[in-house]
Amino acid sequence: MGKMAFLCDGDRCIECNACVTACKNENEVPWGINRRRVVTINDGLADEKSLSVACMHCSDAPCVAVCPTNVIYTTADGVVLHDKDGCIGCGYCFYACPFGAPQYPQKGNFGSRGKMDKCTFCSGGPEETGSQEEFSKYGRNRVAEGKLPLCAEMCSTKALIAGDADVLSDIFRQRVVERGFGGGSYGLTESRKQRT
Amino acid sequence: MIRPTLGGVLAALALVVLMAVSVPALADVRPPADAAVAVTPGQDIPQSLPSNLKSNPAAQLWQGVGDGTVGRVSIPDPQAGRLIQTSGMEWLEFRSEVIGFWGMVAVLGMVTALTAFFMIRGRIKIDSGRSGRLIQRFKRVEVVGHWLTAISFLLLALTGLVMLYGRDLLLPWMGPAIFAGVAEAGKYAHNFGGFAFMAGLVMIFVMWVRANVWDRYDFNWILKGGGLLSKGHPPADKFNFGQKTVFWMVTLVGVALSLSGLNLLMPFWFTSDIETMQLVQLIHAGLGVGLFALMLAHIYIGSVGMESAFDAMSTGQVDINWAREHHSAWVERYVAEHGEPPVTQPPTKGPGASAQPAE
Ligand code: HEM
Ligand code: SF4
Ligand code: SF4
Repeated sequence: MGKMAFLCDGDRCIECNACVTACKNENEVPWGINRRRVVTINDGLADEKSLSVACMHCSDAPCVAVCPTNVIYTTADGVVLHDKDGCIGCGYCFYACPFGAPQYPQKGNFGSRGKMDKCTFCSGGPEETGSQEEFSKYGRNRVAEGKLPLCAEMCSTKALIAGDADVLSDIFRQRVVERGFGGGSYGLTESRKQRT
Repeated sequence: MIRPTLGGVLAALALVVLMAVSVPALADVRPPADAAVAVTPGQDIPQSLPSNLKSNPAAQLWQGVGDGTVGRVSIPDPQAGRLIQTSGMEWLEFRSEVIGFWGMVAVLGMVTALTAFFMIRGRIKIDSGRSGRLIQRFKRVEVVGHWLTAISFLLLALTGLVMLYGRDLLLPWMGPAIFAGVAEAGKYAHNFGGFAFMAGLVMIFVMWVRANVWDRYDFNWILKGGGLLSKGHPPADKFNFGQKTVFWMVTLVGVALSLSGLNLLMPFWFTSDIETMQLVQLIHAGLGVGLFALMLAHIYIGSVGMESAFDAMSTGQVDINWAREHHSAWVERYVAEHGEPPVTQPPTKGPGASAQPAE
């Protein structure tokens, strides 16, 4: 099986936020939650750079390790999914995640924490594939339909690409060779099995 | 349980930006004329990188990304501008390996120590037997305050322990569906129980703080080891030094637990950085398990460990002989004020043992 990943090419992202919008719409993500966000560094300066960030689907994920109810799991495709039925909204996955990916609806106790919500790589969740429950809890299951995550499909500059990690690295390597310089990619290494 | 190593993640983060050493001024990002290899997109994918690659024009900027760069986001939550935090891995390791492990050692160690103590020393009896004369040790409001604090404390401790150890200890035999219900109910109980605990804490503090300041009996009491190991009873006022220790421990640790708990309850209300949240979580969990282990000793001595001690917190009344042995100075003042109480219960020993209760 392949290992699904995202890669954001920081030398291409133009902060158009199309990925953010695509994600919110496709998955009908509730108010106040952004599974994907675009972060701009040195905003307004000559060396401004932007990156689109969501869950990296880590192969050795800290959120999976910490969850007190053990409801985060890795699929055969290497996608990290979450079962909302067992989630108690403790927030520990957010404390553990290096990328601030887990999000919380403001409807738990004292308006602070509900059940965690995060990027599903557009592959739904533990409910029956393609069912209404799956859609309302986790969003669209595009992967089951043979499609890629919509954020990457939408990206106008193809800064954000999604798919099998080996294919992504081929694409990025080609870009590096054409440009004549490396670096500036974000995401791939986290989501592949690269441990030293 | 899988545990990501910090080193592995840091290495991955470093690789995020495969940057080179030198940082030339900002360059054009279009393929330069002297690009290393001419490729036809989509046709020949190079299998390796050429050796004459230049460094990324923004290498320095990319380098910062691994060190907690905060950028700007157009969504309302400015905190989302933080790209990477690396302390989460240390936090989760500390939580399970230090707090989880040593917390377990503390709780099991205390249970073992108390069991051993009970087997050696047995139940501490009233040496002079019961006189049948009862005196009022605690008013009703004091009894209520004590149980409000104690019951909410036990509830908080047990539900907190479910958070910390449930995944390893309960989940395997309960199965995910039942454990999810238990954990969720536990979380709500923990979140709301915190307020009952805080109310109880304020009550007992206000009622008992005056009787818990250091007094002239305390030094001697410590010297005699509280009479626990030796024979005979050192004099004490309403509370002896051991009880004062419990009082101050509960007050101080209780306040720390309440404040850190409120911070967990309302994440990012009082701080905006993740490292502080992680630290406070560790403080809360550590103090929580620690205080629970210590309170086991208090629970032991107040129930099975000492004859008649439980009366003080159930009816509020204790036998005067018990009180004379453990709180002689307090009894003297009580008798001076209220006079010797009448016999109302069958005495077990001493001059009045065969006599019927007066009324
Ligand atoms: C004094 C008795 C208390 C004990 C023994 C205690 C113990 C614990 C423990 C062991 C945890 C789990 C930590 C982990 O899994 O790593 C925890 C979590 C937590 N505690 Fe407490 N705690 C106490 C009081 C409080 C109070 C007074 C509050 C605040 C109102 C509070 C709020 C919380 C919160 C919000 C969490 C995080 C879990 C969640 O989000 O549900 N605790 N506590
Ligand atoms: S990016 Fe965060 S939420 Fe996603 S798998 Fe990694 S640790 Fe979990
Ligand atoms: S918020 Fe939910 S998914 Fe995240 S660690 Fe807590 S229980 Fe697990």
